[in-house]
Amino acid sequence: MNWIFYILILISVVAGVVNGRLEAVVNSILSGAELSVKVAFSLIGIMAFWLGMMKIAEKSGLIAFISRLIKPITKLLFSEIPEDSPAMGDIAMSLSANAFGLSNAATPIGIKAMEEMQEHNIDKKSASNAMCMFLAMNTAGFQLIPATVIAVLVGIGYKNPAVIIAPTLLVTSIAFVSAIILAKIFEKFWAKQKAEKENS
Amino acid sequence: MFQKIMELISLWILPVFIIFILTMGLCKKVPIYEVFTDGAKDGFKVAVNIIPYLVAIIVAISMLRASGVIEWIATAFSSVFAMFNVPADVTPIMIVRSLSGSAALGVFSDIANSLGPDNYATTLAAVMVGSSETTFYVLAVYFGAVGISKIRYALVVGLLADLIGIIAAVAVCNAMFA
Repeated sequence: MNWIFYILILISVVAGVVNGRLEAVVNSILSGAELSVKVAFSLIGIMAFWLGMMKIAEKSGLIAFISRLIKPITKLLFSEIPEDSPAMGDIAMSLSANAFGLSNAATPIGIKAMEEMQEHNIDKKSASNAMCMFLAMNTAGFQLIPATVIAVLVGIGYKNPAVIIAPTLLVTSIAFVSAIILAKIFEKFWAKQKAEKENS
Repeated sequence: MFQKIMELISLWILPVFIIFILTMGLCKKVPIYEVFTDGAKDGFKVAVNIIPYLVAIIVAISMLRASGVIEWIATAFSSVFAMFNVPADVTPIMIVRSLSGSAALGVFSDIANSLGPDNYATTLAAVMVGSSETTFYVLAVYFGAVGISKIRYALVVGLLADLIGIIAAVAVCNAMFA
């Protein structure tokens, strides 16, 4: 992450100078910082709501039930996490919420899943294999209906916006499956996590 | 038909799910109000915890977008993309869709509004934006929430999957619409 951060900013400044857009680059620091806080604060309410709901689901045994239900799949994908951990139920619910386009619910539930996974993590500063797998599935953005995109198409008078649903679903499925396979491959070859040692 | 059904499900799933959780809680004699407020307490903490990670990633990406480097890359590769029947207007989306969701949607709206509904570029852009999730944002939020800074192979996998998604989008749209 150190290098990614450095390179992103270095390229921006250099390209800004070459393009004569240095002023825009400098201004974007302020607007970017402001946007980050806005994004975080806009999450507070909905985050509180879903964390509250999920706590009820947990106490009533619903999450444990879902965890048991999907055990055959999760055992394969998240081998590090104990089978009966509530993390499994959270992961399943977060991904389903994403699939239905409910990203407002998916993010808080996903964060709760990350917290559960962090408890089983041997090095709290670095990402466990299970976390990388979960985020790989997440970044592939599996979604059944691309609602915002369809709204834009409807807005410009696209004849039949529904025609993009099938190809989009196909593409996102390909990306989703590839992400899972890639995460499994990298898990084998990437340097293993070391237990609790400060690292960059 | 499929779309109508999906829209109905999307509308109903939340209320049904919430009622289901509450009912189940009551049946199991969970003090739902107290447990809800207890769980909700963490909402603020989590949101505040992710601020430093969001600031780092959103500022870096805002700077990158303002610098015009994305247009460079798009122009540099546009001749390569042209071989695969990718219109030049669509190339910025390929790069921006991993970086910023709002930017990708913005570029897509521009394309849709300027080229209109009958253009292949509009369809391709729609599929590309609709099938993606903002990799950088997802990583910043989820890892930030648990305070992880060493992300190992998560970004590499995310970006490779994005690349596969782009290739798939081009191939599928070529086969279906071109």
